[in-house]
Amino acid sequence: MTYQDQFTALKTILIKEIFRFTRIWVQTILPPAITMALYFVIFGKLIGGAIDTSASDGYSYIDYIVPGLIMMSVITNSYSNVVSSFYSAKYQGHIQELLVSPTPNLIILFGFIGGGVVRGLLVGMVVTIVSLFFTDMSVAHPFLTVLTLILTSVLFATAGLINAVYAKSFDDISIVPVFVLTPLTYLGGVFYSIKLLSPFWQTMSLVNPVLYMVNGFRYGILGVADINIYISLAIILVFSGILFSIAYFLLDKGVGIRN
Amino acid sequence: MSKALEISNLNKTYKNGFTALNSVSLSVEQGDFFALLGANGAGKSTLIGIISSLVNKSAGDVSIHGFDLQTQRSEAKAMIGLVPQEFNFNVFEPVEEILLNQAGYYGVPRPEARIRAKQLLEQLELWDKRSSMASELSGGMKRRLMIARALIHRPKLLILDEPTAGVDIEIRRSMWDFLKQLNAAGITIILTTHYLEEAESLCRNIAIINKGDIVENTSMKSLLSRMQTQTFVLDLIDPLTVLPETDEFDIRLIDESTLEVELDKERSINRIFEVLNAHNIRVSSLRNKTNRLEELFINLVQESNTSLASAEVAA
Repeated sequence: MTYQDQFTALKTILIKEIFRFTRIWVQTILPPAITMALYFVIFGKLIGGAIDTSASDGYSYIDYIVPGLIMMSVITNSYSNVVSSFYSAKYQGHIQELLVSPTPNLIILFGFIGGGVVRGLLVGMVVTIVSLFFTDMSVAHPFLTVLTLILTSVLFATAGLINAVYAKSFDDISIVPVFVLTPLTYLGGVFYSIKLLSPFWQTMSLVNPVLYMVNGFRYGILGVADINIYISLAIILVFSGILFSIAYFLLDKGVGIRN
Repeated sequence: MSKALEISNLNKTYKNGFTALNSVSLSVEQGDFFALLGANGAGKSTLIGIISSLVNKSAGDVSIHGFDLQTQRSEAKAMIGLVPQEFNFNVFEPVEEILLNQAGYYGVPRPEARIRAKQLLEQLELWDKRSSMASELSGGMKRRLMIARALIHRPKLLILDEPTAGVDIEIRRSMWDFLKQLNAAGITIILTTHYLEEAESLCRNIAIINKGDIVENTSMKSLLSRMQTQTFVLDLIDPLTVLPETDEFDIRLIDESTLEVELDKERSINRIFEVLNAHNIRVSSLRNKTNRLEELFINLVQESNTSLASAEVAA
């Protein structure tokens, strides 16, 4: 396959993936917008004023949680897009359309991850627009904001693909989001600064990778964070690299998709 | 000229220890119409799975049009079009979209893919359904969609795994005609089927696989010439109670208006009518008792099973 053929194949997978989630936008784009609007109303407007903001570096509570909530939507949607799309392709058997073709595994990987990233960023954009009804947000470091967002989206889209490779039933694709992803996200500093925690729990929080992503993104938007931005970026890059290598290895070996 | 398909010493043992293929070697010439027959579980689908990269082999070599499947994977895969046994397209995608996507996976740009898709959908009488979701198609239409999808990148080797299963006779015949046209245009075709009449009427060469071993690999003509006898069923116009006596062939009375005659392949079928005419027996119709290939197939598989059983006892 020439590079041009590979580009055509990549474009095909991407268009197919984007068409898939935009066709069912009521299930994929709308729910996060509504959920986040509720978060803004409840945590921001209704009880936000009563929350201690001494650790929020001078920002109101709603301003402080906006980056975390955007990041939470990006993480969830990047992950769920790839896990459901890849598992459905496995379940219905049409992953074989790709496996019999000369499309290299790397292109398949880029295509599915790309689809997850596009959905993650699109939902992130919608949630950002919703947040503008509740806050006057400005971006302190645009480049770092976009970089953190894209890298995090890549990381969780890749994790979704690995989950789908091992999944043997629809239950298997909901276990990780419910029992792993949600706790990590909620405990990753979306709603609070870890400075509010006791030293022990502050240290424990540092093993949660989502903490680095939320803080990296918060630094990009607000210019403040619990974690140094370069440490955050390094952690995201390392995790992305590890997960990408695992996903490539699994596809290459045909785990879960070839006999 | 390289072979369309060359397989040597191919082995497949699944994780549970089941050996599906046992040192299989096979070659298919370019332009051939080749039948791969075997009972359920004989190893056909595993063999096709390995050729089409859906199953990992345990050992052995496969090359397609001279391209090694291991070392020249991309080139080898581009040569093959696969029509699998099970429907395996996204049922929530429109028919034309399925073809366009498949073309894209082979690097065919979308404008060119649209031209090819239109051509194939018209040939296979699916153009009116191009915007319908695949789930809305009938069984026969789904089979034709899979054939169109397998051809969109213009492969040189088309592998069809029971393409006419569950298809009505009219559509089956039109699919046969279409496959014959493809073969006449130079595409090598490998076909697995349980309809032995299909294999007999379409294929020039044949391999029979049983329990992971190739037990026969020859031309259809040569295989059929091995039949020593043929059995005919004759429907009679008038009821019969007493059989005519003859030592030229075996004759049996099935019921008062049906005769069964077993004729040696050296003898002419005309002798049956001469003998019956002499006894004033009138025949309304005549047919083969079973498909000729079916009889041979059953015999070969039984022989193979017997020799395998003997080998196990000896061991």
